[in-house]
Amino acid sequence: MIDRFTIGRRALLGGAAGAAALGLTGGADAQKPLVIGFIYVGPRDDYGYNQAHAEAAAILKKMPGLKVQEEEKVPETVAVEKTMESMINLDGATLVFPTSFGYFDPYMLKVAGKYPKIQFRHCGGLWTEGKHPMNTGSYFGYIDEAQYISGIVAGMTTKSGKLGFVAAKPIPQVLRNINAFTLGAQSVNPKITTQVIFTGDWALPVKEAEATNSMIAQGVDAVACHVDSPKVVIETAERAGIFTCGYHCNQAKLAPKGYLTGAEWNWERVYVGFVESLKANKPLENFVRGGLKEGYVRTSAYGPAVSAAAKEKADAAKTAILNGSLAIYKGALKDNKGNTVIPAGTSYVITEPKLESMNYLVEGVVGSTS
Amino acid sequence: MENGGLGLWGVPLAMLAGAIRVSTPFIFVSVGECLTERSGRINLGLEGTLVMGAMSAYAIALTTGSPWLGVLVAACVGLLLGALHAGICQLPRVNDIATGIGLMLLATGLAFFLGKPYIQPKAPNLGAIELGWWSGIPQVRQALQVNYLFVVGIVSAFALAWALKNTRWGLIVRLAGESVDAALAMGVPVGRVRLIATAIGGAFAGVGGAFLSLYYPGSWNEGLSSGQGLMAVALVIFARWDPIRCLWASLLFGAAGAISPALQSVGITEGYYLFSAAPYVLTLGLMIATCSPERALRGAPGELGAVR
Repeated sequence: MIDRFTIGRRALLGGAAGAAALGLTGGADAQKPLVIGFIYVGPRDDYGYNQAHAEAAAILKKMPGLKVQEEEKVPETVAVEKTMESMINLDGATLVFPTSFGYFDPYMLKVAGKYPKIQFRHCGGLWTEGKHPMNTGSYFGYIDEAQYISGIVAGMTTKSGKLGFVAAKPIPQVLRNINAFTLGAQSVNPKITTQVIFTGDWALPVKEAEATNSMIAQGVDAVACHVDSPKVVIETAERAGIFTCGYHCNQAKLAPKGYLTGAEWNWERVYVGFVESLKANKPLENFVRGGLKEGYVRTSAYGPAVSAAAKEKADAAKTAILNGSLAIYKGALKDNKGNTVIPAGTSYVITEPKLESMNYLVEGVVGSTS
Repeated sequence: MENGGLGLWGVPLAMLAGAIRVSTPFIFVSVGECLTERSGRINLGLEGTLVMGAMSAYAIALTTGSPWLGVLVAACVGLLLGALHAGICQLPRVNDIATGIGLMLLATGLAFFLGKPYIQPKAPNLGAIELGWWSGIPQVRQALQVNYLFVVGIVSAFALAWALKNTRWGLIVRLAGESVDAALAMGVPVGRVRLIATAIGGAFAGVGGAFLSLYYPGSWNEGLSSGQGLMAVALVIFARWDPIRCLWASLLFGAAGAISPALQSVGITEGYYLFSAAPYVLTLGLMIATCSPERALRGAPGELGAVR
């Protein structure tokens, strides 16, 4: 019926979308599906970071009254602004998830200023109240809790006492994962060391394979990693017959023999939460954080190489994390240069802001942050 | 050490292993480009050919279950891309550098587009020859796992060097590269020679790509090549258009690339960004050391646009 009037498609969708977002019209969202945009920095089937988001987006697609628009391989440049604008103007998206760290500043902030009625939620935890607009926000998970569990399982499985970790860059989030993994392993055997190799960037397949191989040559028999796509590391390790712990999403299929467990994102929890608030016309939360307890992260099902004793220890630690009786980072904790980083008697909860600026590797990690 | 580590001895071993594992794509691309450039044509599109070869080899290996068929198809795809480049360059007033860059972008884009469904599944890998059977140390055995394509690469480098020097066919290629006028006077069809040389060079690059996706690292994804094709083209200049030196340069490059992870794995961890740059520093250093104010780039084919 509306077609008789000469209203442009963009104006119409924009108006309807804005109205739906503000919750002014109850009828509008019953007729028009709610459009949500997802933007990925890499391919969405990379067995890694982007796939974790895409798997959650696939679950949203099945929800009634919802339309999901995805665009992959969008670089962290002005290109992402164009993608966001086209999602808003052409597809009528009212909620946009730019999922990569580098999309936030300045690109997402700029587009958010231009479209104050559209909601933006960014993955990475960069949003600060008072500093950033209220139609933006961020969400992230404490995945180091899951890495701690991986560390326990790897520590119970290793025979050489040497674990390996292939990492991209020494930034706080990566260091938290390396340290939590090591602390988990040390909780079952204090003598265990973790060898870390930084490749220098998020996706360098040949370097990642080289890093894995040179650690194997040094006697490492279980590896974990923090790169965009763990596929190469997991496959290389499986071929050499050593154990692996996954990251981002479940890689058990790539290593049917050696896969122990893994630290996975569970983004559907976050996304479904946002969508339900939007449907109920409630304001969207701006700052969303959670770990194992909130279900934002999870661990992969144990592989065939995991012993009963290892399962028991890992499950016990998981229960303790869930009921809050286990702190991963507690004093006295030394870094691998001998400095005390957490004094004796102090224990940090996972939400502790000081952990967000972690710049050290704990004792027992062989490696350096520079 | 008691845990089976080799300590510092691991570093030279890892460099040897790195040379064997990482260098093969460099060998194939640089030997192929060497042939192309000796005929007087530059093909900068080999980066794209490498990626396209990797994708098509993986796709064919996955659908047919035969990795060697994948290698063959990668070679054919490379042949076609090379022939396309040569064909375009033969048109009047066409710049082969610009065409090469255009074809590189086209081929990478095409490979990403067609390769989408193949990122997830797992294709069968090419096997390896165990040359470390004599050693009881597992690290040595692992380092000496040699892929057939590595051997093929070495053999083809020597074969090309011999053919360029000793066969009539090699003489024709060199003639086309050194002086068009002389070649035409001799009745050599310069265009056809370059077409064939460029197509074969492309086929080599395609096989190099197949090695990447089917052996090491052994899976297809969009960041697989990360510029290796371009580096290999540069290696040809570094190697002064000599196939044997291309081989050494590729091995050196592979070994230098293994320095950073190898040093980190034995606990020398300071300054790994610097070690990661080792291959490039090494190349620059050698270029400076071997250059001379007395002569221009020795061995450069006379007809090569870039050095004229």
